[in-house]
Amino acid sequence: MALEINDLCVNCWACEPLCPNKAIFAASPHFEIDPDKCTECLGDHAAPQCAEICPIEGAIVDELGDALNPPGSLTGIPLQLLAEAAGAQAGTAAKVSSS
Amino acid sequence: MELPVFNDSAASSGGCSSHSCGSTADQLNQIPDEILQKVFNHPCYSEDAHHHFARMHVAVAPACNIQCNYCNRKYDCANESRPGVVSELLTPDQAVKKTLVVASEIPQMSVLGIAGPGDPLANPERTFATFQMLSEFAPDIKLCVSTNGLMLPQSVDEIAKHNIDHVTITINCVDPDVGAQIYPWIFWENRRIKGREAAEILIAQQQKGLEACIAKGILVKVNSVMIPGVNDEHLKEVSRVVKSKGAFLHNVMPLIAEAEHGTYYGLTGQRSPTQDELQALQDACAGDMNMMRHCRQCRADAVGLLGEDRGSEFTLDKIAEYELDLEGAAARRAEVRDRIAAELEEKRQSKATQAPKLVAIEGLGAREALRPVKMAVATSGGGVINQHFGHAKEFLVYEASEGGVRFLGHRKTDLYCSGGDTCGDADTTLQQTVKTLEGCEVVLCSKIGYEPWGMLEEAGIAPNGEHAMEPIEDAVMAVYAEMAAAGKLASPAPAQAAA
Repeated sequence: MALEINDLCVNCWACEPLCPNKAIFAASPHFEIDPDKCTECLGDHAAPQCAEICPIEGAIVDELGDALNPPGSLTGIPLQLLAEAAGAQAGTAAKVSSS
Repeated sequence: MELPVFNDSAASSGGCSSHSCGSTADQLNQIPDEILQKVFNHPCYSEDAHHHFARMHVAVAPACNIQCNYCNRKYDCANESRPGVVSELLTPDQAVKKTLVVASEIPQMSVLGIAGPGDPLANPERTFATFQMLSEFAPDIKLCVSTNGLMLPQSVDEIAKHNIDHVTITINCVDPDVGAQIYPWIFWENRRIKGREAAEILIAQQQKGLEACIAKGILVKVNSVMIPGVNDEHLKEVSRVVKSKGAFLHNVMPLIAEAEHGTYYGLTGQRSPTQDELQALQDACAGDMNMMRHCRQCRADAVGLLGEDRGSEFTLDKIAEYELDLEGAAARRAEVRDRIAAELEEKRQSKATQAPKLVAIEGLGAREALRPVKMAVATSGGGVINQHFGHAKEFLVYEASEGGVRFLGHRKTDLYCSGGDTCGDADTTLQQTVKTLEGCEVVLCSKIGYEPWGMLEEAGIAPNGEHAMEPIEDAVMAVYAEMAAAGKLASPAPAQAAA
């Protein structure tokens, strides 16, 4: 059993120092978890530390690909608004990154 | 003619400022002189110093341990940095080299801050490694750090060790019920904690950290984000509490919430305060403590004088190949510092020796009280009206009253926007500029074009280009006297048309 970081990761480093197994490492384009070292924090903590601090919904998933922090669970943003924002994002992405 | 200028920055009167002085429980009096002296030359704390000294921030602290509803963690911290912007993350080694290069190229460099892009104290190793190396290689550069406060109590000893004398804590509330509407979660003792409990822990840590800093003689500034309908009224209480504990400055900043930033507030339609609402709250809090009127909400990797960012000149490639002459650079900085200190001292002396006069107003012999008037000024520095209306990236807002002239703060015209095609067409930009001047009855500038003239008049703001190159306070008072003479000040301000 092991968790996985996907391409939603924003490389904020928050999870890396918390891992009791030192399974998390900086990589490109985003952080990764060594599946051989990850124990999902069993025996060390009540909940996986990377998923407890990760600020990005959906960035950490289990072996089934299910997000430990599903959309809306951290920000409290209603799903409908998130979906609308995702739709609008394509149009404004260039604007935001250039400002 | 030198008019009384009630500047809220600690530097304005060379000892203590108007609002916090004279009372029996004055907090500034409790700060040791040697620390107070440091504030005078800090570009972020002193309106006077910010024209002369430069500061920079280095983005070494990416992780954060809380979530704020005005922040989207895909970008930098929306409070200590800028929303919708991603800083280039530096290692402590890169950050130190960059600071030393900038301090060689810009001898006015006096302050290095770490403010993000996450929370510096959630990245203690990277943050303190940077401070440690800098104290060694450039001991003359002041260090400061900003934090959400969650890990502050645990970090105070380390902060004191590195001789960091300025700490900024972002405190948006002292009531967990208010906090629950601002912070969805915190990471605390290996758990993500949500809701009211999270706010309760965060608030307790912030207050504990504030007290611990004061006990160690570390200067504390408090930042608050004004969120209409959430904490706007409550911030008066925050101001009172943090002052009673010894914070020397309270900086109330407007919420920035745009849907395109993808934040909770942005997407749920939480509005930002208007300029007038912000100023009214700053005024209400100023009765309690020093307010910081000139904060430009600069970003986590900003470089240069306040209001400018030369960060793009110092790329990692350029920094890597730069050959440092530490001693030479330190000597140049010392020279510049001495020169600026002498200039500032001279300015203070001349202000102190000239008795304030209000000849024009007194000459009217008016018995009835005249209402105060807000005026916006376009200036590129130097204390004079010397900027074309259309070139102004910000306006300084002053309030003229029978008591004199008071600096209220800045209003940006290019807020979080780089101009050009990101701002829409010229008409919209102009309309936005006029809107930022809401509440002002006059705008003073060196020159102004035909089109903006008409738009300002339509909005009930009188453009005035007659005082070009004159000292700001003199001109503001002269215009106030003219308005008084014309009988415009006995009645309430005319309603302004929406821009």
